[in-house]
Amino acid sequence: MTLLGNLALWVAFLLGAWGALTGFLGAARGRADLIASSRQAVYALCGVLLVAVVSLEVALFRHDFNVEYVAAYTSRNLPIFYTWSALYAGQKGSLLFWATVLSLFGALAQALTAPRHRVYLPYVGAITCLVCAFFVSVMVVEPITHANPFERLAYTPVDGNGLNPQLQNPGMVFHPPMLYLGYISITIPFAFAMAALLSKRLDADWLVAIRKWTLLSWLFLSIGICLGMWWAYVELGWGGYWAWDPVENASFLPWLTMTAFLHSVMIQEKRGMLKKWNLALIIGSWLLSIFGTFITRSGVIASVHSFTQSKVGWLFGGFLLIAAGGSCLLYFIRLPLLNAEARLESMVSREASFLFNNLLLVGIAAVVLLGTLLPILTEWLVGTKYTVKAPWFNFVNIPLGLLLLAFTGIGPLIAWRRASVPNLKRQFAAPVAAGLVTTLAILAAGMRDPYPVIAIGLAGFVLTTIVQEFWRGVAARHRQYGEGWLLALGRLIARNRRRYGGYVVHFGILILFIAFAGYAFKTETEATLRPGESASIKSPYGWTYTFTHLGISQYTALNRQVTAATVDVSRDGKRVGLLTTEKRQHVDAEGNPTFQPSTEVGIKSDAREDLYVVLAGVVNGSEQAVYRFTINPLVWWVWYGGMIVALGGLIVMWPGGGSVSVRRAQAGYGVKLVAKNG
Amino acid sequence: MYAGRYWSASITRLYNGSMNAGMKFTLGAVLIVGAVGYLMATGVKQTGQYFLTPSELSQKLAADPTFYDVGMRVGARVVPGSVSRDVAHQTLAFRVTDGSASYPVVYRGIAPDTFNDSVEVVVEGRIQHDGVIHATDVLAKCGSRYESVPKA
Repeated sequence: MTLLGNLALWVAFLLGAWGALTGFLGAARGRADLIASSRQAVYALCGVLLVAVVSLEVALFRHDFNVEYVAAYTSRNLPIFYTWSALYAGQKGSLLFWATVLSLFGALAQALTAPRHRVYLPYVGAITCLVCAFFVSVMVVEPITHANPFERLAYTPVDGNGLNPQLQNPGMVFHPPMLYLGYISITIPFAFAMAALLSKRLDADWLVAIRKWTLLSWLFLSIGICLGMWWAYVELGWGGYWAWDPVENASFLPWLTMTAFLHSVMIQEKRGMLKKWNLALIIGSWLLSIFGTFITRSGVIASVHSFTQSKVGWLFGGFLLIAAGGSCLLYFIRLPLLNAEARLESMVSREASFLFNNLLLVGIAAVVLLGTLLPILTEWLVGTKYTVKAPWFNFVNIPLGLLLLAFTGIGPLIAWRRASVPNLKRQFAAPVAAGLVTTLAILAAGMRDPYPVIAIGLAGFVLTTIVQEFWRGVAARHRQYGEGWLLALGRLIARNRRRYGGYVVHFGILILFIAFAGYAFKTETEATLRPGESASIKSPYGWTYTFTHLGISQYTALNRQVTAATVDVSRDGKRVGLLTTEKRQHVDAEGNPTFQPSTEVGIKSDAREDLYVVLAGVVNGSEQAVYRFTINPLVWWVWYGGMIVALGGLIVMWPGGGSVSVRRAQAGYGVKLVAKNG
Repeated sequence: MYAGRYWSASITRLYNGSMNAGMKFTLGAVLIVGAVGYLMATGVKQTGQYFLTPSELSQKLAADPTFYDVGMRVGARVVPGSVSRDVAHQTLAFRVTDGSASYPVVYRGIAPDTFNDSVEVVVEGRIQHDGVIHATDVLAKCGSRYESVPKA
């Protein structure tokens, strides 16, 4: 199978190069035959790379340990579920995964683009082919990069290394591909942007063509980031879900710029402004996604200087520089064609509030990027590495995030062009009152930390704006068409998916902000306990939790030896239940230990707080256990907030928006609403 | 005098709305960017830390004796066989080296799963006058989060 795989990679490389060449030439010279050939190359590339993926999976499932990749990431006793996911567990496999998914997206773009946007396709195909060819070339120049997943060993090991136990978690099976899908799918909007620049068709048309693609990659990134937080929380055992680690930051950066784009694109559609800005955001998002791949793969930033530096990282660095140089050059050449059709009329307008929203999102992205690169920058500039960690990122980003939360409430409600005083009163009287009441209520409840108080007060404000919007829309339909309340709600959302789906996303975001505010009240304690002894910790809600150590049990499971410690939990003297936390020593088929031991956290979760118990160690030869007990308020809401964000994204994404007649009726309805509401 | 008059005129213009929206936005943008810059700079002063290798640390200490008790991070390799664990008291003692300089480290707390006696670590803490790094955090790293730790 490796012969077939290798062959497929080489053919893919040639096809990619051919598709890029014919695509660029055909589009520039207007040669229909070359364009057709390039298009066929895109499809063929996708087919050939799928063959490569299948051959790698076959090697994985056959336990062909003569293949280096199979030996490095799987073992005979690895569960099937994780054998499949070993495809993207290592660098080589994830390169193949990247290239294949990109070619798949490229083929989908060729097949699904609406006829009126087909003018962009030759350049789009050429650019996807070019990027794909780069990824494949990293694999095929084996002697330099050692990145070919089909490389064979000189001998055949009896068993493989097995998969890192920290990756043997359901979250880890879905988290990397989701994030990769997000990173990769940004290539399509980028390709359209380049196509628009190359062909000088810079009206709003290309934006319409990529609308779904930008949403898709934003959705994948959002889901991928949430799954990553969940994985970090349940698997890494340090008690949190976000540490501003460079790898996390790398996924957050394109998410921020894509979010900015999804907002600012509305300004261009409505008012013909921000053309330069939108193009820059798309180009920047794509470069950041490649940058993300670069830093997760090279170890340049996360690492101490002496870490082994993979050559793959430097290839990516070079590619990043060339791509950045090329796309920026093209962008600057075309700048004169990108003049705005309107000017900002008033600071009190939707345009202005969206501008500030964009400024904040990009500002946060700049802060995160700078913080991530600080060790490298300071080493260049002053010769000593200087680093910042989570406290710095929180210090800078929390005020910016809260300001952004305020704009989440303001932006969607304020009038276009210039808001009048009656408009402001009508839209914001109730929300501002609700925000103030919420703030006073939590102050009265005894909460004093400024940031959480502000966050929850703002959340009250934003929530009221969303409820008010839904209420007004539903009430209008109810009055106008006599629809029942539920039907009116359903139709309201179905006929204005972008608007109301957007509100659902905002609702999810505000839940996330409340959940993040809860993180400020995290409390923890460490204790060494003999069986029967207990430790107590006070919850921020005023309860006292008591954890009683019951004992240690040791047993062998599927591919690991488990040391489990169990505590009995009670709240204010009332029994709540048992919690078990484990240390796992993974073993190979002969029972020899592989990898370091890993920790399995015991978590009891409800809407108010999580109890989070970690077994830190067992005193040799005794049943004395070292525990860390953590109380994490509101963590539950992070996962549900994330799901609501994804749901909102799906509502916006859902295909079809009704027929033309429906859209017309809707436009009329919009006018009526405006007329009625003034 | 002139500057004061200029500013008061600008503020009046801003208030009366004779300043156009683009200028106001620019002003707002400058304020935000300035605030971000200020936050970043003060943040670095408050929470930024040197990231040193053991040899860089010894050079720093030789050049500047006040460097003791300053928060920093040291990236190095654990000296094989130097690790002593006291599980009951959650104390971990080991030496770190980069090949030339070497320092003892004492850490009270829970060591990460990936910590063993041949791994790369980042030690966060302060070096005290006894020459021991008193760590507040120990991170054990492997080449990439997704890669298994290579067997030595």
